[in-house]
Amino acid sequence: MSYTEIFFYIFAVLSILFALLTVTRRNAVHAAICLLLTFFFIACNYVLLEAEFLAAVQVLVYAGGVVGLMLYVIMLVRKDEADEVRQSLGQRVIAVFIAILFVLEIAFISLLAYYGNYSGFLSSKMAQIGGNTESIGAVLYTYFLLPFEVVSVLLLAALVGAVVLAKNRIER
Amino acid sequence: MIPVNVIFLYSLIIFCIGLWGALSRRNVFIVLMGIELMLNAVNIAFVGFASSLGNIAGQIIPIFVITVAAGEAAVGLAIVVAIFRNRLSINIDSFNILKW
Repeated sequence: MSYTEIFFYIFAVLSILFALLTVTRRNAVHAAICLLLTFFFIACNYVLLEAEFLAAVQVLVYAGGVVGLMLYVIMLVRKDEADEVRQSLGQRVIAVFIAILFVLEIAFISLLAYYGNYSGFLSSKMAQIGGNTESIGAVLYTYFLLPFEVVSVLLLAALVGAVVLAKNRIER
Repeated sequence: MIPVNVIFLYSLIIFCIGLWGALSRRNVFIVLMGIELMLNAVNIAFVGFASSLGNIAGQIIPIFVITVAAGEAAVGLAIVVAIFRNRLSINIDSFNILKW
């Protein structure tokens, strides 16, 4: 079993675990944090499946945009639930421990990539034909040009719709 | 190389978890999170098939799915804010004004 497969199974199990936690938490803020971690581990699996551009989009749009928006709205509509997220001191120690563990893991992987034979093992095939982002761009702007334009109109409609729906009616 | 069956099973498990969350929870935010999980499961299946079949088109469709999901989250949360103003609740059982 190669490294890719081992890490795929690890990230798959972790994302399934956090997805389960997302739908079972009582507090919506905790559920949103679990959802963030689920999206992050799914992005890790995208990297392992040679979809590096999609992994970046996943982290930017889902982890950065959607979950951030959800957290904003959760804090906006439920003041009492926002108070519940106050953390105890015991969790802070665990958090620091996990953060150090992540730093060590990333340092280990980058050292492995620097000294070992693993440098660029993820996308060496793709790099020869111009890289993942370039090939996605080439297909997106030729074969999928019409859906791309339709989706931009859809985003505009969603933007206007969200503003109109969430506007405070009392001010009128 | 990861077998495509395993990726499909993984996508199915995430989809079912999202379906469970969307159908069984009363908190409207967790219902929306379940829908996001289901959309992500579809993306995993697309990327898995793109990887195993060697077709880049499988990585284009998830970009559109992510766009639609972002729009859906924005409009859905705006609807939640609008309903919360009227009903002062995020319990999905109280959103029954359109029920006959």
